[in-house]
Amino acid sequence: MNRCPSCLLRFVSVAILLFVHHCIGILHAQEMFPVNGVHDKRPAVYAFTNARIVVSPAQTVNNATLLIRNGIIEAVGTSVTIPTGTIVYNATGKTIYASFIDIDSEYGMPVVPPEPFTFGPPQIESKQKGAYYWNQAIRSEKNAHQLFTIPPAPPVPPNLPPNIPPPLSQAAEYRNAGFGAVQTFPHDGIARGVACVVSLADAKENIVLLKDRSSAQYSFNKGTSRQDYPSALTGAIALLRQLYYDGQWYNQFLQKQEYNITLDAFLAAQKLPQIFDAGDDQNILRADRVGDEFGIQYIIRGNGTEYQNVRAIVETKAPLILPLVYPQAYDVEDPFDAQIITLPEMKHWELAPTNAAAMEKAGINFALTSAGIARKADFLENLRTAVRMGLSKEKALSALTTTPATLLRINDRIGSLEKGKVASFFIASGDIFEKETIIHQHWVQGIKHDATQPDMVDIRGTYSLTLSGDVQANYTLFVSGTTDKPVVDIQKSGDSTKYKATLDRNASNVNLRFTTDAKSKQDITLNGSTENFTTLLTTAGQPVVWSGKGRMPSSAWVNWTATRSQLFEPKPAPADTTSITLGTVPLPFHDFGFTELPKQETVLIKNGTLWTAEADSIMTNTDILLQNGRITRIGKNLSEPLARIIDAKGKHITPGIIDEHSHIAISNGINEGTQSITSEVRMGDVINSKDVNIYRQLAGGVTTSHLLHGSANAIGGQTTLIKLRWGSAPEQLKFENADGFIKFALGENVKQAHWGDFNTVRYPQTRMGVEQTILDGFTRAKEYEAEWKKFNTLTKAQQAQTPTPRRDLELDALVEILNKKRFITCHSYVQSEITMLMRLAEQFGFTVNTFTHILEGYKVADKLKAHGASASSFSDWWAYKAEVIDAIPYNGAILNYVGVNTSFNSDDAEMARRLNQEAAKAVKYGNVPQHEALKFVTLNPAKMLHIDNRTGSLKVGKDADVVIWNDNPLSIYAKAEKTFVDGICYYDIERDAQLRTGAQTERSRLLQKLLDAKRSGKPVQKPVRRIFTDDHYHCDTVER
Amino acid sequence: MRTLFSSLCTLAFCGLAYFAPLTAQIPQRSTPQATPIALIGATLHVGDGTTVIDNGTIVFDKGVITALGKETEVTIPANAERIQAKGKHIYPGFIAANSILGLSEIQAVRSTNDYDEVGDENPHARALVAYNSDSHIIPTIRFNGVLSAMTVPQGGMIAGMSSLMALDGWNWEDAVLAPDIAMHIAWAMVPRLKTFFAEAKAYNSAPQDKKNLKLEAMRAVFAGTRKLIIEADDAKAILQAISFAKEYGITPIILGGAEAWMIADNIKQAGVSVILRKTHRLPYRNGEAADQPYRTPSILHNAGVRFCLGSNGSWQQRNVPFEAGTAVAHGLPKEQGVAIISSNVAQILGVDKTMGTLAVGKDATLFISTGDALDMLGNNIEHAFMKGRKIDLMNKQKFLYDQYIKKYQR
Repeated sequence: MNRCPSCLLRFVSVAILLFVHHCIGILHAQEMFPVNGVHDKRPAVYAFTNARIVVSPAQTVNNATLLIRNGIIEAVGTSVTIPTGTIVYNATGKTIYASFIDIDSEYGMPVVPPEPFTFGPPQIESKQKGAYYWNQAIRSEKNAHQLFTIPPAPPVPPNLPPNIPPPLSQAAEYRNAGFGAVQTFPHDGIARGVACVVSLADAKENIVLLKDRSSAQYSFNKGTSRQDYPSALTGAIALLRQLYYDGQWYNQFLQKQEYNITLDAFLAAQKLPQIFDAGDDQNILRADRVGDEFGIQYIIRGNGTEYQNVRAIVETKAPLILPLVYPQAYDVEDPFDAQIITLPEMKHWELAPTNAAAMEKAGINFALTSAGIARKADFLENLRTAVRMGLSKEKALSALTTTPATLLRINDRIGSLEKGKVASFFIASGDIFEKETIIHQHWVQGIKHDATQPDMVDIRGTYSLTLSGDVQANYTLFVSGTTDKPVVDIQKSGDSTKYKATLDRNASNVNLRFTTDAKSKQDITLNGSTENFTTLLTTAGQPVVWSGKGRMPSSAWVNWTATRSQLFEPKPAPADTTSITLGTVPLPFHDFGFTELPKQETVLIKNGTLWTAEADSIMTNTDILLQNGRITRIGKNLSEPLARIIDAKGKHITPGIIDEHSHIAISNGINEGTQSITSEVRMGDVINSKDVNIYRQLAGGVTTSHLLHGSANAIGGQTTLIKLRWGSAPEQLKFENADGFIKFALGENVKQAHWGDFNTVRYPQTRMGVEQTILDGFTRAKEYEAEWKKFNTLTKAQQAQTPTPRRDLELDALVEILNKKRFITCHSYVQSEITMLMRLAEQFGFTVNTFTHILEGYKVADKLKAHGASASSFSDWWAYKAEVIDAIPYNGAILNYVGVNTSFNSDDAEMARRLNQEAAKAVKYGNVPQHEALKFVTLNPAKMLHIDNRTGSLKVGKDADVVIWNDNPLSIYAKAEKTFVDGICYYDIERDAQLRTGAQTERSRLLQKLLDAKRSGKPVQKPVRRIFTDDHYHCDTVER
Repeated sequence: MRTLFSSLCTLAFCGLAYFAPLTAQIPQRSTPQATPIALIGATLHVGDGTTVIDNGTIVFDKGVITALGKETEVTIPANAERIQAKGKHIYPGFIAANSILGLSEIQAVRSTNDYDEVGDENPHARALVAYNSDSHIIPTIRFNGVLSAMTVPQGGMIAGMSSLMALDGWNWEDAVLAPDIAMHIAWAMVPRLKTFFAEAKAYNSAPQDKKNLKLEAMRAVFAGTRKLIIEADDAKAILQAISFAKEYGITPIILGGAEAWMIADNIKQAGVSVILRKTHRLPYRNGEAADQPYRTPSILHNAGVRFCLGSNGSWQQRNVPFEAGTAVAHGLPKEQGVAIISSNVAQILGVDKTMGTLAVGKDATLFISTGDALDMLGNNIEHAFMKGRKIDLMNKQKFLYDQYIKKYQR
């Protein structure tokens, strides 16, 4: 039955015209609407018989009947009595599924075009008029159900040829992909308000709104807000955190002193399911951590990369929402351009379809969404691919039906085909996970919507065809193929040859064209119909008799009759025996990731030259034992039976290098420089454990890095200290129990000297203003602390009568500084500003822990010493801006000479690989003794970070953070051969060679697979060169 | 307006007052070599990539090397100034192959930058005339043994012409070693570049009534008297750039060459030289081996490619010796490490008749280091000579160090 497209077109138009009737007829919910004309209420009772009904993912009934009345399921099963007056659909051979639910959509939401980006001064304050929250990215007052309108039908292109169907409505696209309901909400902002659930019936809003308040929605993306804050991920997280505290504070207030629409709505939505659109695998962990702080278990929307971080994601215990977005294959026929595609990108191309299966295997509860797939029509194909890659059909179904329904607490109404539930289901030609299966009809809320071949009539079988009249002949007609695309063969009686014929069917009308004359190839054309078509619709296996008139090539007219003598017996599809080869998932997901993480070892390194960074100085021909992650013995001729022995004769052993100032391993921005004080932001929130710079720096002997906020503002964010445990999840990188630090900054970056002419608005623009900004911060912090102290001295009863002070995360961090519980590392260059900050700190009774950069430190070395600050400098950078014009490479030597604890840092992912060489520059410029100079990058930074009890020198009891070098570590000729962190060998020059080879082999395999994909006709994308392949941050890098 | 103007003047004077004493004192200007000088008993690193002369002596007069060899075999003129250098090392002056020295004083301060002209096609722009021989940065560069430098215009499709400068001189005319030596183009905007070359070629192959400065500047490039330096890092871009230049009968020099190691044999076969930009840089691609930039020189060397090592920027040039040292740490023979920042640069630029190695007849541009000059632990320059002139090694930074260390020693 090759359905005639123009007929379909007509069918669709009729359906659209009719749906209003349907609604009025079926659904009582619109009763209050006046009717223009006579009332037209119809019975609306339907039965679907002889079907395979998937009642729920776990329960399938064969040869069953589904009975619905007025949009609600009345009965389902094998012994359903069909009342009289029921319209019956024969669904023999068909499978009925509960409509899918897409938990993530923007269906029917207003399209808000973002304000175009213009060059101009920053927008510091909210432009939102009214009693709302101070930040435009917090939009909790948005209620999707109030915003929802049925999307208008897409315009029909003018001059559309009659054989081209008009574009489908959004709802029809969803329905054709199996969806009968969606959760929808505006995807805009960090707090996005409350979502609603609507059905995809072609009916009025009043009918389709199934649940008005289904969940509260959040993300890390500020969306259309052009307000400056937040600009970085770390700021977005800080804003969210503050929102929760503001909500608590606002809620506790007995007598509200101010009114806030946003916070009211935010609080009201707390009882709902809380959904977080996080993004990639690491953002899932971040979202979950925010939730943990406030006792909230978010349902988290991922992006399909979860398989790269399974273990950590399992630990979140969060239900997930997973898209089925698979990257297009890459065109790698140009071997050079192919270089642009990274191995992780290639691997993701291969493994993205395995993501859902991996989540199922890991026992994670998840819903699937079609969001992100460019064409809804591709959804089913992607779903089938996921199943082919190991996702069980049952899980796939529950992830599209019962799971989203349960997560949204609407499982009493939708998600399965049980009595009393909304009659939303689709009728498929077979198993929906099979490639050829089509959806015939999609009923939503009891309203029929047609998809492919909606009459479901199966005319396949063997027919005897007789021509009579002037020409008489007998034929056998074999109709096979699928119900919507039958294949016809014809054989003339007495002839053993089969010929192809074409059959067009439009409902009960058929056209047949064929020839059995191999020589002339002249066609016979027949037209006819069947009289029992209505029976065919409702009853299975009826005999079919077609008859009509036809024209012979000779111009003679004939009569014809075709009678089905035998039903078509489909052959079972051959089992797919092609085995699927897939790559492994390294940790982290990178060329140099580990298939198996290296383990802690007992290692005895023998006969090396130990640079202890302790009073022992350099010890030649000495052994060092690493056990349980610690250095347990140092001495001559040690032995330990269980230890792996490393012969280090001729080698040099040093403590692991510590970088006091680093910006590696951070996601989405190091500067929340939009306000002058952002002490509330935390770099610990945004650790990126996949950054290859971790591995590169291990190869340079680095074991600990202090990840700083940038220098775009006077009081920047809280820092985080990590050990370079390559392959571990972000939280596992954190240096355990380390003191908290915070980045301050002074000078040109803070006053935006290099930001262009528009950026002359944010206070401060001079060093005078920098002092006042910091002074103001600490003054407020002191008052804030006093306010809290006063409140905390009150009795419970008194407290109940007193407004609680507002928890302010920005001031919390400053109070910690005042109380010597958090420590400053301050970006600084010139002597004036350095002295200023010391005096300011002294005024408040604390010490500036570290001045970082401090290139004019040598001018005030005595003052630094007296104040008690440490100095962390560049070895030899200068001349890149006005405030470094007096920088000298002797800075470190002078500071050290005066007695200031001095280190050299990198602030640069490249230089951090060679900090040992930078230390050597203290020997060259200023004659610092070699052993002293090495301390510039080991013990001294350990001291300034308060971790010298743990690391920074070779001392029994300290962490086994140890590097083996092939040469004097200060020499240009030195190479790190092994780098241990906690006694685990994370870098080994020999294993590195294997990792490289392995990565190349894997790359070759995937290149071939990509070439094969292109050859087999898969669409491919051209590699496009990206300017920045890595996030490479310096302290003045600002996110745009 | 008057007030504004006068305050601007005040600012300007503040600036002068700030820099004036330093400019006046640091460093001393050099004077022509008056008497022969003999450096005696040192390890001579000839710079040719292999030759080392232990206990060597080198003599130069009137700016030119007159003798060198084993201490025992070299005759020292009676009137020579004798400098004992036993246990020390003598190298030909290192050459920074890619810099903006003299064109930028403070990178973030626009008024001090003179390396990037407006527009994409600036073949006529000459770095030479913008070269500030009194830059405070220059003395800090030669302090580490880098005694001459290419100063290179930047930006656009055709950046302009570079010159080879001595890092010592009263003014640019004084300092120039090879004016307008090379034309610098970037392998970008390729279709436009091709059009430009076609038009420049046509222009220069016929007499013209009206002069076009841009096209005129290309004449020497087509004539082969001005080098063509094409900036390209991708392997594919390098190959394309080479075949493009060859269409015009030009053998180009590749600047950058991050992926030159992948196509070393092709580069060698084409007879093309490479100015490798930096070893101290991150891998070119995310998945590239961590030490690839360090190893690239040894790969090119083993493949027989003629190459040298350059860097970027201005103040960074003092670390050129250590960038070469890193190449040695990763497989390049030690004397090759010297050659890639001395003789190879001279050869590639075509100035090896007078520069690049320690050889009789060449300029006496050389220095004495107390140790291995490619290593921070050994690089300590005691004497440096530019065409025989003694160079004052004092610089602003050393000066400040001396001031402040004295302050704290009191």
